[in-house]
Amino acid sequence: MEFLSDLLGLNWVSMLAQTLNTAVPIVLAALGGILAERSGVINIALEGMMLIAAYAAFAIGVVTGSTLLGLCGGIAAGALLAAFHAVISIKYRTDQTISGTVLNIFAVGITAYLYRQFNMTESVETFQQWNIPILSDIPVIGEIFFQQQPLVYFTIILVGVVQLALFRTTWGLRTRAIGEHPRAADTAGIKVNRMRYLNVILSGALAGLGGAWLIVEAVGSFTPGMTTGRGFMGLAAMIFGNWTPIGAFLAALLFTIPGAVQVKLQLINAPIPYQFLGMLPYILTIVVLVGAVRRNKPPAAIGKPY
Amino acid sequence: MTNTTKSPSPILKVWDAIWTPLLSVLVALIIAGIILIITGANPLTVYVSLVKGAFIQPGAFAETLTIATPYILLGLGVSLGFTAGLFNIGAEGQFYVGAVVSTYIGYAVTGLPAIIHLPLALIGGALAGALWAGIAGYFKATRGAHEVITTIMLNYIAFALTDYLINGPLRGKGSAPRTPEVLDSALLPKLFSSSDNLHWGFILALVILVGYWFLTQRMPLGLQIRTVGANPDAARYAGISVNRMTVVSMLISGALCGLAGASEVLGRYHYMPAAFTAGYGFDAIAISLLGQGNPIGVLIASVLFGAMNAGSGFMQLEANVTPAIISVLQAFIIVFVAAPAIIRSFFKK
Repeated sequence: MEFLSDLLGLNWVSMLAQTLNTAVPIVLAALGGILAERSGVINIALEGMMLIAAYAAFAIGVVTGSTLLGLCGGIAAGALLAAFHAVISIKYRTDQTISGTVLNIFAVGITAYLYRQFNMTESVETFQQWNIPILSDIPVIGEIFFQQQPLVYFTIILVGVVQLALFRTTWGLRTRAIGEHPRAADTAGIKVNRMRYLNVILSGALAGLGGAWLIVEAVGSFTPGMTTGRGFMGLAAMIFGNWTPIGAFLAALLFTIPGAVQVKLQLINAPIPYQFLGMLPYILTIVVLVGAVRRNKPPAAIGKPY
Repeated sequence: MTNTTKSPSPILKVWDAIWTPLLSVLVALIIAGIILIITGANPLTVYVSLVKGAFIQPGAFAETLTIATPYILLGLGVSLGFTAGLFNIGAEGQFYVGAVVSTYIGYAVTGLPAIIHLPLALIGGALAGALWAGIAGYFKATRGAHEVITTIMLNYIAFALTDYLINGPLRGKGSAPRTPEVLDSALLPKLFSSSDNLHWGFILALVILVGYWFLTQRMPLGLQIRTVGANPDAARYAGISVNRMTVVSMLISGALCGLAGASEVLGRYHYMPAAFTAGYGFDAIAISLLGQGNPIGVLIASVLFGAMNAGSGFMQLEANVTPAIISVLQAFIIVFVAAPAIIRSFFKK
């Protein structure tokens, strides 16, 4: 009974704020996945791009003492690995799932090596919370949406921007065209492979931003393998959201609820082993995939080199 | 080099199958060497100490083969998935559940003679791995859920589950979180009574390797699996159930990975530690790609990876380089194996 009253006494509003905050990297990964897949390239290496970006953000942030430069370094590192993925899969026409997996392995290896070889013990100063004037004073809603760190706002804006760009601009139309029917797009004068390079590199930059979030907003220091499946959850969110930014955003929130609940339950020593709470996001990802896949259709030309 | 756009002759195929991995290893050594130089180490010292630590130091080769043992089984497991057109990147999770189940059978089931107890523990591990991979196979077949995502998610679930078991119900009496020791009757005995760790799991892996070849090349089931992998539409037309083959292939693939976990705890550790140090899942993919899906290739790749890991400790002592450089080296190897066109373009002129 004591547990129940503890449960009711928890700050559920701050839990929802936490859910939104921790969804950031998954949303960014999902946006990256959408850009790549809409143009017809599978990007299963989002996880690796995030990991490399996290290390780059950490190392550059520590060396320069600037969190902002760390953030830029992370984005660049993600884009660089994505460029590699683009070359392997577009120019050399390698199986894109294999290329992506190999790059994931590469990311694990190189970051673990650099981390151990240079053994930096300092950490990066994380971005402060920005309270939006007036809006943050609104009860409940203010605390959930307007008392966050900068990348949270930026990510929400990005979701809207990518949604509009994908469905309302020439670039978006071309991207969708080369993902559905590259030959027809080519006939209409669209440079298919050039567009794909652009989209895959942008996708890496987004994943890089998501990876950098771990350093510049979440924890400030690097640990090997710290992305813990967020890139893959981003992919699942993308599928569940039917390859649309807004859909993926909502799906990503679903994955981060258990984590936020877990933090709160640990505070009150809930009689559930923490490992089971820790499993929930992964179980949810599978459930979501199983539920969504038949309903949602990927772009028609996905995975096929042109 | 050859232009292999149209069906190459068998000789060219064999040539490619041998040269792609060899050149990949060579180019990877060069690139990792450059990284070593940039980060302030001498690649020659590093590589020489690696070879010494893997083959020449006393007991080194036995250690190389000991580490290669789970790699053989895992490499075959991933290869079988590839044969069926499936990408099982959850080998590690299947390895973990296999290890924990066979450990449990190994210490909790008492009063059995070794001839029953050991096979029981091995089969238990294989079944656990099969079940774990089978979940992904079933969802792929019935719902079309991509196995790359589901198997990775199942990895994280397996880690959390074993972490819970080892810190909770299966925890031994010692201060460190680990299971009790497996009973003698369930242990894979040592091959030699010397000080090294080489055990009968290695022989078991070789037997399975032959069995794998027989299954894929000589049995109707193997033919069906290969047909589904090569061309699902043709397989459907020939009356093969693609969905059924998807599930069956994942079951076999997972069983091999689970068996690898069983062999590791019953032969090498004799208990289940809180976490294994190696990243078995990714290594398994690397070995499968490097071995080009061929059992002999998997064996050679496993010994190579075993050697790199066995030698890395000595390398760290002698050359003062973190063993993580091995993962960089391995990563470059498989980047090139996965994209043979890159390697070919290097050697074109």
